[in-house]
Amino acid sequence: MRTGAQCIMDGIQEAGVKTVFGLPGGAVLDIFASLYHAPFEFILARHEQGATHMADGYARATGKTGCCIATSGPGATNTVTGLATAYMDGIPLVCVTGQVHSHMIGNDAFQEADTTGITRAVTKHNYLVKNVDDLPRIMAEAFHIASTGKPGPVLIDVPKDVQQASTKARAPEQIVMRGYNPTIEGHPKQIEKLAKAINKARKPLFYAGGGVIAGNAAEELTALARKAKIPVTTTLMGLGSFPETDPLALRMLGMHGSVAANKAVSTCDLLVSIGARFDDRVTGKISEFAPHATIAHIDIDPSAISKSVGTHIPVVGHVKTILKSLFEQVEQVDRSDWIAMVSKWQKENPFSYDKNEKQLLPQYVIEQIYEVSKGEAIIVTDVGQHQMWSTHFFKYTKPRTFLSSGGLGTMGYGLPAAIGAQLGLRDKTVVNIAGDGSIQMNFQELVVAVEHKLPINIVILNNGHLGMVRQWQEMFYKKEYSASRLGQADRGKNENISRKGPDSYLPDFVKLAEAHGAMGIRVTKKEEVTKALHKAFDTNGPVVIDCIVKPDENVLPMVPPGASLTEMVQSMA
Amino acid sequence: METLKKHIITALVENQSGVLARVVGLISGRGFNIETLNVAPTQDPTVSRLTMKVPGDDRVLEQVAKQLNKLIDVIKVTDITQQHYLNRELILVEIVAPPQKRTQVIELTKLVPEASVISVQAKSLTIQIIGEQDKINEFLTLLKPFKILDISRSGVIAVARGE
Repeated sequence: MRTGAQCIMDGIQEAGVKTVFGLPGGAVLDIFASLYHAPFEFILARHEQGATHMADGYARATGKTGCCIATSGPGATNTVTGLATAYMDGIPLVCVTGQVHSHMIGNDAFQEADTTGITRAVTKHNYLVKNVDDLPRIMAEAFHIASTGKPGPVLIDVPKDVQQASTKARAPEQIVMRGYNPTIEGHPKQIEKLAKAINKARKPLFYAGGGVIAGNAAEELTALARKAKIPVTTTLMGLGSFPETDPLALRMLGMHGSVAANKAVSTCDLLVSIGARFDDRVTGKISEFAPHATIAHIDIDPSAISKSVGTHIPVVGHVKTILKSLFEQVEQVDRSDWIAMVSKWQKENPFSYDKNEKQLLPQYVIEQIYEVSKGEAIIVTDVGQHQMWSTHFFKYTKPRTFLSSGGLGTMGYGLPAAIGAQLGLRDKTVVNIAGDGSIQMNFQELVVAVEHKLPINIVILNNGHLGMVRQWQEMFYKKEYSASRLGQADRGKNENISRKGPDSYLPDFVKLAEAHGAMGIRVTKKEEVTKALHKAFDTNGPVVIDCIVKPDENVLPMVPPGASLTEMVQSMA
Repeated sequence: METLKKHIITALVENQSGVLARVVGLISGRGFNIETLNVAPTQDPTVSRLTMKVPGDDRVLEQVAKQLNKLIDVIKVTDITQQHYLNRELILVEIVAPPQKRTQVIELTKLVPEASVISVQAKSLTIQIIGEQDKINEFLTLLKPFKILDISRSGVIAVARGE
């Protein structure tokens, strides 16, 4: 006989999970009692949102399923943002929440919330376990659902009495769900049709997304693009699926994409979307997206096909096997004119910034992170300007090295996700590039990094603003800076803030780091950057580098919201 | 407001708690109004058939059907309006019919094979109508001269026509 709580431990162990994140509470005390004897590592987060982001970062960095545990009521509601983040980006996660006693459900009991009701729209699937005999099967199903098809988060809500009850039931040998049979093999006819279209195309373009990374198909994509000599642009989620140092790499497309990538999309005659979903931040004005192109779409999710952009050649299935088949069928066609055209766009329009600027610029800091880490770091970002600069000034060459909340755009994701990534990959250099707005949303998790001596490098690009909000207000809202200033009032002006003393820093991130037991370094000048980075990289524990940067620097180029990709703003002059 | 094409979507789903909420939540979350909805078990008691009438344009409804198919508890989704299908609805309607008006109503129901009087009260009559939605709507217009006290509609149910 096993108790419900023990069945949960069994399920986690059978799934091969080595690290679990979470926070205890009244409704999960039985689970934590079993956890005390469990053979895996448990990481105590300081907020359940942090725990879900840690599990998410762990999953993105390692490719394994992330796992977290939270109590009922507020514990469960705190996981919602983390679940939604993972859901939008297709990240495999299993979240176990405690629930009040079965007989109390619906009675407004202490710390009761309708967790399955609340999380229905932000999970791939969820369960309310009413009978302990179902629990072993549900645990196995949850990990299966989370990690197959288009991955996503699954939540299991377990009432306290179900955790305490005993059962002889075991997980089934084989998981059979008649409503869940994700398509795996691409249709050979469709693959053949796509191969022919590729061979015929004069100006083909690959547009790779997070699906290439989720499907572990970066190698296949790289081989295919190089064989057929087809340029590749990636989405934010697809960064690292194709080496950005390759001459065929046009880098990111879309709102803050490269000029070359956006020009290529607008010019190509065949656009092959590979595990990408035509997000509005990618397409700009839909009616003018890829106007000359036949659209092909490889995706494991049938509902992604023709969702926003009509698809001429859909191929539903696992991206890895489809790309392998395509590799066999594509021919080496001479497209030197097309390659020359895109190379010219690349050379003429690199991501750039004003090298003569006297104030410290955020772009320079990221460039130095790239230099000092020799491009080998795992970059984890928050959301906003610094996130976009992290795509411009760091070149990603391997999958699972750029972790960022793409779909939901969750500020506060970075630090906990970096902790999860570092716990999954102990020997890698992990850098959390954050903004001063984002970092304040989950700063409390820094103590977790201290506690476990995780050598995470947290680089705050501190411009004293909610920078992306400030930029939109400057560009589209008549420069009325409504509620976008974060630091002291005197930091809002365009002046050399580095001359001001620490008193004008609000909050003082160096002191804050020290209060959490971490090292804090303040950088106000260009020449201090590399030294601080070296020091951080050499420190066996978390280091916060607070970079006081120019407050009103903008992310460019930019496609204004609702505009076509051909209408890029390249300078503010 | 432009009139939207009515789609009848049928889904075979697991017969268990929470499934209806998932289906309805997915549709309402996109701002669609479900005009009619019917759920009942099939020949397999673990499977229910759910039939919904939803107004919306073809492309959007195709997307909704695809997303419904993604739900784990949903076994199969069909937009039955894309096929040959049979549909029926059952309506119970109570109308004011004092004794002097009764014969008039009864005569009317005799003209329409789908309709029959199923209950006679002192001042009212209850009529049952079973038929295709178009037929039912026609009959309801015939009832307009009478005062309708209450009406209950089952919502449309439909099956694809066999070969």
